[in-house]
Amino acid sequence: MSDILLVAEQLYRHYGRVSAVQELSFSLARGQILGLLGPNGAGKSTTLRMLAGLLVPSAGRVWLLGEDLQQAPPRLRAALGYLPEQPPLYPELRVAEYLAFCARLRGLRGAAVAAAVARVCEQCGLSTVVQRVIGQLSRGYQQRVGIAQAIIHEPAVVILDEPTVGLDPVQIQEIRNLITALSARHALILSTHILPEAQALCSQVLIIKAGRAVLSETRAGLAARLHTDSLLLGLRRPPPLALLQAVPGVSAVAWLDAQRLRVQHRPDAHLAETLVAAAVAGDWGLFELIPEQRSLEHIFVALAGDDTLPGAD
Amino acid sequence: MWTIARRELFSLLLSPLAWVVLALMQAVLAWFFMLGLDYYLYQRSALPILPEQQGFTFIVVHTLFDRAGVLLLLIAPLLSMRLISEERRQQRLALLLTAPLSNTQIVLGKYLGLLGFFSLLSLLLSLMPLSLLAGGSPDWGHLAAALLGFWCLAAAATAVGLYFSAISPHPALAAIGSFGVLLMLWLLDWSGAGVGVVGALSLYQHYQGLLSGVINSADLSYFFSLTGIFLILSAGQLRRLVNP
Repeated sequence: MSDILLVAEQLYRHYGRVSAVQELSFSLARGQILGLLGPNGAGKSTTLRMLAGLLVPSAGRVWLLGEDLQQAPPRLRAALGYLPEQPPLYPELRVAEYLAFCARLRGLRGAAVAAAVARVCEQCGLSTVVQRVIGQLSRGYQQRVGIAQAIIHEPAVVILDEPTVGLDPVQIQEIRNLITALSARHALILSTHILPEAQALCSQVLIIKAGRAVLSETRAGLAARLHTDSLLLGLRRPPPLALLQAVPGVSAVAWLDAQRLRVQHRPDAHLAETLVAAAVAGDWGLFELIPEQRSLEHIFVALAGDDTLPGAD
Repeated sequence: MWTIARRELFSLLLSPLAWVVLALMQAVLAWFFMLGLDYYLYQRSALPILPEQQGFTFIVVHTLFDRAGVLLLLIAPLLSMRLISEERRQQRLALLLTAPLSNTQIVLGKYLGLLGFFSLLSLLLSLMPLSLLAGGSPDWGHLAAALLGFWCLAAAATAVGLYFSAISPHPALAAIGSFGVLLMLWLLDWSGAGVGVVGALSLYQHYQGLLSGVINSADLSYFFSLTGIFLILSAGQLRRLVNP
């Protein structure tokens, strides 16, 4: 119990007659990265705002370090770091000024302020831009300043709302590395609508649809669920179908186009190896072999049992 | 609290808006100051029996601060409109609300930041009558009372502006709202009869009281209550933002 830092207990949030979040419960332990995964409008931001104390739940409770966030005095919030979807920056300030302001805001004083600023600049790779004005930084650097702001007071729990949205691939990779590095010292909870991101970063994934938790899985469990029993096979000189069907473990083969096929196999068969060997032996000109993965949409469909695709990418 | 106040004042002094307001205010008031001085000189030549000190402070300082009060009604909404509504628009309110601070501390921090700016403005304003030290000595008590009056007016106007900034999703809306309320309070007793509830609520009446050199506890408590009420309302509004 001692390592459970944050608990969400039966959270509900209604906006008028619309309910944004329903019956959401989960807990977060030290060293964990919990990912809230879901399409836009699923209630991820609403949930994170409730966890950060920015929104009072219509029903249910948030327990932070064993205390009720609503009832506890404001000083408990020092254990929280929060990065909203748009980083809360003052564009007219310099990075160092802004971070010092954030540190004082969170109750640091005196020499501790400068030390904290130096520490997060180092951690977030901001050392080269400390004296730059925030408004003139690139989107990637602004996002890093936003993350720096959330961890400057070394909170037990760090909440990041879509930390990689709007960044280019290089910046995304940098932010992901930073998040992974942070998980050593903090418990993190982040939201994303990108399945591979959740897979790459999170130790635990909670999939949300229309405000409800539809699946809670560990990274390995998620990978297992994403795994399908089919391969995409590309052959320059494909043999007759009958020959492929004769490969042990194959249950069905279908043409996708002149050179590509989808090969269904039995769940326990390690087909890729066998197929490569067969392709080499038969000189089929193998140029592509991809184990198929389910997309987020497929998981939603499978879990929710309806055939309307959620409006995500 | 002081952290927020310092940041607020610092950002304000980094923005061109504040400097333009200061410059324009000084320029316009310098003109009024000159007109007041001119009027005084004219009066003196016509009525040489006026006691020198009283006449000069009364006419020049009174005119100057009276006009400054009207200008303040215009600029206070402009400077206060962004206090909270801009934070909301930029999603920066989250930064303040997730800090280990109470709503009261956040509101006071914001308030004191802008009040610091207006205190600076008050000082600049008092420099003009002080320049007359070269040619005579002013009625210090009267000058201090007028300055206190201007500062109290700024304190109340800032509190009203802060409240409207807290309830409006857009800064422009906040400016219009607080200007409307301030103007209404100012014009409430334009006739100057000053009787009953209308007189008691009139911003103008209480301001005039201090401008005429009388520090009256009724006037002071009026400004104090007006400020207090709107600060409490603002803190309540922050609570509502978290629990809509």
